[in-house]
Amino acid sequence: MPNPKARALAVVAAALALTATACGGGTTISGSGGNAHPRTLTYWASNQGASLADDKRVLAPELAKFQRQTGIKVKLEVIGWPDLLNRVLAATISGQGPDVLNIGNTWSASLQATGALMPFDAGTLAAIGGRDRFAPAALAATGAAGRDPAAVPLYSLSYGLYWNRKLFRQAGIARPPATWDELTADGRKLTGAGHWGLAVEGASFAENAHHAFILGQQHSADFFTADGRPRFNSPRAVAAVKQFVDFMAKDKITAPGDAEYAAQQSVQDFASGKAAMLMWQSAASSLKAHGMRPDDYGVAPVPFQTADASGRTRVDSMVAGINLAVFRNSQNHDGAVKFVKFMTSTTEQKTLNAAYGSIPPVTQAQGDPAFASADLTTLREVLARTATPLPQVPDESQFETLVGTAVKDLFADAAAGRPVTEASVRAALTKAQQQLPTS
Amino acid sequence: MRETRAFVWTRRIVLTLLAAFALTPVYVMLSASLKPLAEVQGAFRWLPGRLTLRPYLDIWHTVPLAHYFVNSLIVATGSTLASVVVAVFAAYGVSRHRFRGRRLFTVTVLSTQMFPGILFLLPMFLLFVNIGNATGIALYGSRGGLILTYLTFSLPFSIWMLVGYLDSIPRDLDEAALTDGCGPLGALLRVVVPAAVPGIVAVAVYAFMTAWGEVLFASVMTNDTTRTLAVGLQGYATETDVYWNQVMAASLVVSVPVVAGFLLLQRYLVAGLTAGAVK
Amino acid sequence: MTVTTAAPPSPAAEAPARGPRRAVRLRRAALPYVLLLPALVLELLVHLVPMTVGAVMSFKELTQFFVRDWGSAPWTGLGNYRVAVRFDAPVGQALLHSFLITCGFTVLSVGLSWLLGTAAAILTQERFRGRALLRGVFLIPYALPVYAAVITWSFMFQRDNGLVNHLFHDQLHLASGHPFWLIGGNSFAALVTVSVWRSWPFAFLCLTAGLQNIPRELYEAAAMDGAGIWQQIRRITMPSLRPVNQVLVLVLFLWTFNDFNTPYVLFGKSAPDAADVISIHIYQSSFITWNFGSGAAMSVLLLLFLLLVTAGYLIATTRGRDADA
Repeated sequence: MPNPKARALAVVAAALALTATACGGGTTISGSGGNAHPRTLTYWASNQGASLADDKRVLAPELAKFQRQTGIKVKLEVIGWPDLLNRVLAATISGQGPDVLNIGNTWSASLQATGALMPFDAGTLAAIGGRDRFAPAALAATGAAGRDPAAVPLYSLSYGLYWNRKLFRQAGIARPPATWDELTADGRKLTGAGHWGLAVEGASFAENAHHAFILGQQHSADFFTADGRPRFNSPRAVAAVKQFVDFMAKDKITAPGDAEYAAQQSVQDFASGKAAMLMWQSAASSLKAHGMRPDDYGVAPVPFQTADASGRTRVDSMVAGINLAVFRNSQNHDGAVKFVKFMTSTTEQKTLNAAYGSIPPVTQAQGDPAFASADLTTLREVLARTATPLPQVPDESQFETLVGTAVKDLFADAAAGRPVTEASVRAALTKAQQQLPTS
Repeated sequence: MRETRAFVWTRRIVLTLLAAFALTPVYVMLSASLKPLAEVQGAFRWLPGRLTLRPYLDIWHTVPLAHYFVNSLIVATGSTLASVVVAVFAAYGVSRHRFRGRRLFTVTVLSTQMFPGILFLLPMFLLFVNIGNATGIALYGSRGGLILTYLTFSLPFSIWMLVGYLDSIPRDLDEAALTDGCGPLGALLRVVVPAAVPGIVAVAVYAFMTAWGEVLFASVMTNDTTRTLAVGLQGYATETDVYWNQVMAASLVVSVPVVAGFLLLQRYLVAGLTAGAVK
Repeated sequence: MTVTTAAPPSPAAEAPARGPRRAVRLRRAALPYVLLLPALVLELLVHLVPMTVGAVMSFKELTQFFVRDWGSAPWTGLGNYRVAVRFDAPVGQALLHSFLITCGFTVLSVGLSWLLGTAAAILTQERFRGRALLRGVFLIPYALPVYAAVITWSFMFQRDNGLVNHLFHDQLHLASGHPFWLIGGNSFAALVTVSVWRSWPFAFLCLTAGLQNIPRELYEAAAMDGAGIWQQIRRITMPSLRPVNQVLVLVLFLWTFNDFNTPYVLFGKSAPDAADVISIHIYQSSFITWNFGSGAAMSVLLLLFLLLVTAGYLIATTRGRDADA
């Protein structure tokens, strides 16, 4: 009896002492990394395939290969997107996390601000083969401008306009739209009898935020000022968001039901022919899973405001993709860098991007025949020429959640038949902006 | 009570509606789990157009369901045992003794009932990490840590319920045992605990259910090897698809043992609550 | 805290010097504290310490720039609180809105759960064929794991493909058009429905238990006096259930008010405005916008509110269990 009791008392004492430390204002974070455990690595991969198990199947042979080459054993954990940011946050707070991890490239600047990720300074970049191996657009989405990248690109994606060949033919439309006016005109022709022109994932804040950003670029709207302060409700931003929501509210080429989609139902609707167009990032494998054959659809660039749009308004995609980061507290710093080098090597880039249907951000790997299909060529050109990274500011992930949610609410209004006006769009965006502590 | 016709009819109608309300989701789970994916993703139909058992095979491969199942079992059983044992001792102390601080203790226990879980998430997490750094006991990410977390939810209610239940057991019983030469511990284990079985069962069921279904803490505090079912089920919604039929099949599979156990223990539950919460 | 300091050292340590009788008495006095010790330690570890840490956090500016080493986050004094309760500014406004939604949601959910639970308990009080089976059926919603149950509801609430619209519009023709349930105004109704579905069985269980404590003679005597069945329910059943109801309503209130799982699984990380209950709102404020200090301040405010309500409720209903201590 006395023994466990004593231990219990010790725990209380320890707990109280910890509270005291907390009050005093100092949590212990174990060092800042090093090379204490050179034989193992923990790697958090994001969900890229059809299931978590699928990802493990893709990655396992590559990790085995890495072990053969370096003798380092990689412990893999595949984390679903709903959990990933919270897990990264937990790791940041506790200092206990993986050695290497995948992050959505749009989070780069936000996570960079926490200081949890190891900066890729000139030396580290040189160790993985140099900055020049990566496509410039992909590299632009790895952290705030002027700072060492917080991560390096691993898989790249861009938005394309997927269009259903058969439905276009039936409606007598020869080619996919190049401007929004054409898109709405085509959409009207394609809408009717249970069919709709354009499918959107209206309740997914990430999708909404991306489209708000792309249209924002086309309207010359910045969601952040140069010094990183949010400005969600400028008249141009309002115009951009309104244009997006109007596909449902005014043009009526989007089914009201899309307003509650957040689980890839828009991809299903496109695959089943319920919707004739879809703006998506690399949808090929999903569409195949839903039984749509590659020659049933075409992929075109997302439309511009005018056919001759130029300069900064000639943007039709964000630089989407996944980055690979090294956790600052890693106890196998050198091994982690080796692993990054391995994953970004030309061979691995070909294998992995081919398996996931994404585009290799490593230019050398892009020439592989696996990426020469018509749709990937289109997406690759978009990425190289007309894609811009989301604002690389610390509040970026909040931008996605808040503006994306505002658009979701506007879609809900549109779907319920309530009018979506400039005033209501501005009110929604203002509300979103005011949630930010820095505003 | 003599039952009038009006009463009997009211009873029939009301109870039928309530049963339909209670069972509809269960039926939906069952029917959706037997449909092919394309049909589940289409418009709702009461009866499956084509029956398939595939989802029940696929669920084990899409996510490591069996593994999660074991984790949930360990965590739920662990936190149930811990909270029952601790609560029995505490309730015995409160119910059978008058001492200084008694009221403070009961009030504290009662008030912890109302702590919003969200307030705890981060502090608890920090605490676990710090204990881990200071003592080397890994709480964060471990099943032990999760067991401890779920005590948060079940302990106050358990103590509170059991105090009520023990109050309803005549004192003469354990006093007789004490005069027979049992120590207080003997009296507790040999006389009070057997008499309190319904109350203990009620508390145990509550603790188990709480741990079995919790989502928020489990999503932050677990990793690949310690993930529980409630979080693991989210794995059927992936980047490319939501496997509704598999979600439903898996939900059904993980629910069956719990519901069965619950129904078996139902008698005790009513008896336990009769004296516990109700007194 | 007082409790811990009041706990005397282990009885065995003090015993030898004094006489054996004294030791016995001392041991007696110490016994309750020994029994309480594990509970105390755990309460400290899982409740009071995290609570304190949470309260400390609420006075800090704990944004993404400081989460990595939150000890270094600057103190803001009451800053987070001031922002939270400035109801004419957007953050305060949103919090107030969310608070009111939660109050409405809780009152409705608890009220309906209680109503259904009471009806079911009273109607199954007398034996009839199939009663045991029905009782089992009623308990199923309570026994189903939260995630499994709520995800099924979200499946049923889909606008185009869900059971709810299929049943009420396509089959019963009660609704015009297919309304949305998971977004927009109806999401409130959806949330209440799921919450009631999950908690009425608990009310049913408690009230069934409560009914068993009512002596049969009371009903027999009333029947002799010529009271009909409805009168018996009104005059005997309901008053006898009062003590059960006092506890039941309080417990349901606290559970519903703090419920996170149901709205989170039903709506995901960003709940629609009409169903933006406080637990989700605070989650959003801390985990989505990464402003943990502000989230903690809101939690503390919520806790204070719940303490007030509970204290008020307990005083008003004068629950006697602890009065003798």
